[in-house]
Amino acid sequence: MNPYLQGIIVALKGAPMTIGVSLFAVAVGALVGLCFALMKKSEKKIVQIIAKIYIEVVRGTPMIVQALIMAYGIPYLLQQSGIAFKWPHLIIPAMIVCGLNSAAYMAEVIRGGIQAVDPGQVEAAQSLGMSKRQINRLIVLPQAFKIVIPSFGNEFVTLIKETSVLSFVGVVEILRSAQLWNASSFETFPAYIGAAIVYLMLTYPLSKGVSALEKRMAKEAE
Amino acid sequence: MIKATGIHKHFNGLHAVKGVDITVQDGEVLCIIGPSGSGKSTLLRCLNMLETPDEGIVEVDGVQVTQENLREMRTKMAMVFQNFNLFSHLSVLENITVAPVHVKGVSKEEAEEKALKLLKLVGLEEKAGVYPRNLSGGQKQRVAIARALAMEPEILLFDEPTSALDPEMVGEVLDVMKDLAEEGMTMVVVTHEMGFAREVADDVIFMADGCIVESGTAQQIFDHPQQERTQNFLKKVL
Ligand SMILES: Nc1ncnc2c1ncn2[C@@H]1O[C@H](COP(=O)(O)OP(=O)(O)OP(=O)(O)O)[C@@H](O)[C@H]1O
Ligand SMILES: [Mg+2]
Repeated sequence: MNPYLQGIIVALKGAPMTIGVSLFAVAVGALVGLCFALMKKSEKKIVQIIAKIYIEVVRGTPMIVQALIMAYGIPYLLQQSGIAFKWPHLIIPAMIVCGLNSAAYMAEVIRGGIQAVDPGQVEAAQSLGMSKRQINRLIVLPQAFKIVIPSFGNEFVTLIKETSVLSFVGVVEILRSAQLWNASSFETFPAYIGAAIVYLMLTYPLSKGVSALEKRMAKEAE
Repeated sequence: MIKATGIHKHFNGLHAVKGVDITVQDGEVLCIIGPSGSGKSTLLRCLNMLETPDEGIVEVDGVQVTQENLREMRTKMAMVFQNFNLFSHLSVLENITVAPVHVKGVSKEEAEEKALKLLKLVGLEEKAGVYPRNLSGGQKQRVAIARALAMEPEILLFDEPTSALDPEMVGEVLDVMKDLAEEGMTMVVVTHEMGFAREVADDVIFMADGCIVESGTAQQIFDHPQQERTQNFLKKVL
């Protein structure tokens, strides 16, 4: 078989893993990010500070370092303190790291979405006697969510590419599939070109989809 | 009845409302007029504490509005805004039912039935499933009035409800408000529509610089204003 075609086929075998981890990370990122966004809005200073520290630490360190700490560092630390611990599968720390990483980014996005909601909407809700929680749940968050949907899509695209660092912690996603095949076949160029093509096959249509969605929403907002 | 006593409000050094008293009896309509920046909106927003007054008390039916009973008191005085502020992610029907269902605990069916009646009242029964972005300004404001009425408030507060409307839509909103006044709704209306104030108001307050310059019946204010500032203002706007 043509080595280039084979390179693509090999890389494609890693695609479900890449997509799965990325999807999971977007979901976790959205949920945890929402918590942090609300924490940053909290009236309690200490809650705000915790959220801020988390976001700064995660955004200020490379994901590969976080992944190595989570996959190998933490089990080592636990073993040192006499706790027999091993990740049942390396996907688990990989997903956690990607999700928590995404959360730090999404927290900012969601906070921006909340701020973009017209204050008049909140006043109308207040004037009808709604509580703070009801206003958040029924009025502000649904509107903020709509505003940030395209950002969720963009984050998914980013994650598809960023999860390639997980190849270093032994998760067999697109890049790791290519590396493994390269190691056994020595088809170095077809292996990595195959990976690149598969990444593009995923990210290009997704980016186009997000842009189309953004355009449609901008039209609706008029 | 709604009564406010000694209301003061500052915004970083600006004394926007300077010790204002108002009383509106049940079934009466009070119109607040005055030049831009005179504190009309601020006063109105102090009544339902969208602005917290620095001093003064507000009472509804003899009960003082406090932080503790604020939400309950707000349900007694629904507000209609200049910019409508309809919930943009909800349909017309949902705009009207969301507060009765979640704040008052009315069942969804009952709230919807009531909402459809109210939509009929404001002449928009065919718009129940439409989203606010697909309504004209006048239609939006009529939905906003229906939303306010759905809480079965004792008092309606209006802040320049027709100022953001194209001229040809002002009438349809004022007509709804006139009907409400005739049916005995208690209303506090900040407005630049002098014709409406003259026709509908029982009492009129003229405000300038955060103070009540003159107050009286609509006839007194429009036909025999005593203060020079009132006379000058009316000369300009009539
Ligand atoms: N949230 C705020 N922050 C700072 N200043 C404010 C705020 N709201 C109102 N003001 C100021 O308080 C004064 C009174 O404003 P207000 O909106 O009550 O006037 P108004 O009589 O309703 O005027 P208009 O007819 O233009 O609506 C103005 O000088 C205004 O700039
Ligand atoms: Mg005003």
